Amino acid sequence: MAERERSLAPPHGGVFVPRAQVMDGEDLRRAITRIAHEIVERNHGLDGVVIVGLQTGGVPLGERLAEELLRIEGVEVPTGSIDVAFYRDDIGLRPVLPEAVTDVPVDLAGRTVILVDDVLFTGRTVRAALNALADYGRARAVQLAVMIDRGHRELPIRPDFVGKNLPTRRDEMVDVTPEGVTLGDIVVTP
Amino acid sequence: MSRHLLSIDDLGAEGIEEVLKLADSFVEVSHRDIARVPALRGKTVVSLFYEDSTRTRLSFETAARRLSADTMTFSVSTSSVKKGESLRDTVQTIDAMGVDAIVVRHRSAGVPHQVAHWSTSAVINAGDGWHEHPTQALLDCYTIRQRLGGVAGKHIAIVGDIKHSRVARSNILAFTALGADVTIVAPPTLLPPSLAGWPVTVSHDLDAVLPKVDVVYLLRLQNERMTEALLPSAREYTARYGLTRARAALLADDAIVMHPGPMNRGVEIAAEVADLPSSVITQQVANGVAVRQAVLFLLLGSGASRAA
Repeated sequence: MAERERSLAPPHGGVFVPRAQVMDGEDLRRAITRIAHEIVERNHGLDGVVIVGLQTGGVPLGERLAEELLRIEGVEVPTGSIDVAFYRDDIGLRPVLPEAVTDVPVDLAGRTVILVDDVLFTGRTVRAALNALADYGRARAVQLAVMIDRGHRELPIRPDFVGKNLPTRRDEMVDVTPEGVTLGDIVVTP
Repeated sequence: MSRHLLSIDDLGAEGIEEVLKLADSFVEVSHRDIARVPALRGKTVVSLFYEDSTRTRLSFETAARRLSADTMTFSVSTSSVKKGESLRDTVQTIDAMGVDAIVVRHRSAGVPHQVAHWSTSAVINAGDGWHEHPTQALLDCYTIRQRLGGVAGKHIAIVGDIKHSRVARSNILAFTALGADVTIVAPPTLLPPSLAGWPVTVSHDLDAVLPKVDVVYLLRLQNERMTEALLPSAREYTARYGLTRARAALLADDAIVMHPGPMNRGVEIAAEVADLPSSVITQQVANGVAVRQAVLFLLLGSGASRAA
């Protein structure tokens, strides 16, 4: 989970203490390769496909997926990023500020959007992202790719492509970096 | 950001940078087909204007609507103020309706502070007397950053009626907080009685200043200044302090011309100078909406301010 999520999730101001590594860098690479193949298979190629990474954790994953798609299919897929801060349903409940300016490189009307995030948890970020995407045009379809599905959904949302299903406790934290995926806890330092 | 925006001093350099960074996101939003986000759905923003304004009021209302907030306009001429209702009663009446932000403009300095004291809403100063106009300064900083890459280290001349200008005051605070080098150029009668503690250089010679600046910021010359005998005539002012075509030629190639509006074409700025590519006056207006969105979002939307 991105730095931002960590600082926002209760207890506020805690520090991430890693407990167990669940994927290493190689596992991550293989998962990205597999998801790339699944995307090509599902969409019968890459016609009209756009990758949009969710700020912040989904952006580097989206870029790596695009590189992988270029390698296996020889097609350069337009890749952007989206920040859902203005679309969240918990505005006012917790600090929400955009991390970066949203960058959607093409009109999404009629395209297939692959929405990419690192961790799928309650589904609220994805819900906000779907609303945000709608403001860039009516996509033909939106498919969701996540590296980790950790459960605990609060909305009827499911991923189309998953790196790994990881059962977790609600209060645990999942940290995704290029070096791998780590499960841990938030510990408040006195 | 604190709960209100009454003065640039409330923000400091860090707060100003936070607004400018957030404004980038709203500029991006403004380029979309649907330039509206649901961030402040269910919030109500009231504009309480005791003084005439077109751009500031419209800019705030556009900003609020693009954040999906509801807006109410209170204009003095059609309200109970005509029946003699006091400012305090007016504010408490508005407050009782359950609004989230009050945007205040008043001819007297300090009114927004008073309103903040009486109200439970967030209060934004949209200009109070000769005191401050913080959102104008923020949008000016944003425009300079957009055109010149940043404010720090830039040499900025503010020309005209410094004494009666809330825009000048807020801009001097903001520009110097961000590390710009500010020169004020004005006839002695239009300078404040004391400049002690102002981190600015003073000049009465516009021709000597122009070649050295990155930004020339012209202030509106109000006609009342002539009747108050602070100036002999508008023509004399133009001759010495107006940005004429000939003076504009003294500016460096990449220097920009700014004006908070409304302009007196032919007085502080020559009609054709206002339309030169170096003039960023319409960009200032466009950026005003995004910057005010950023301010509203910081005050009402991001829970970050609540914790502070």
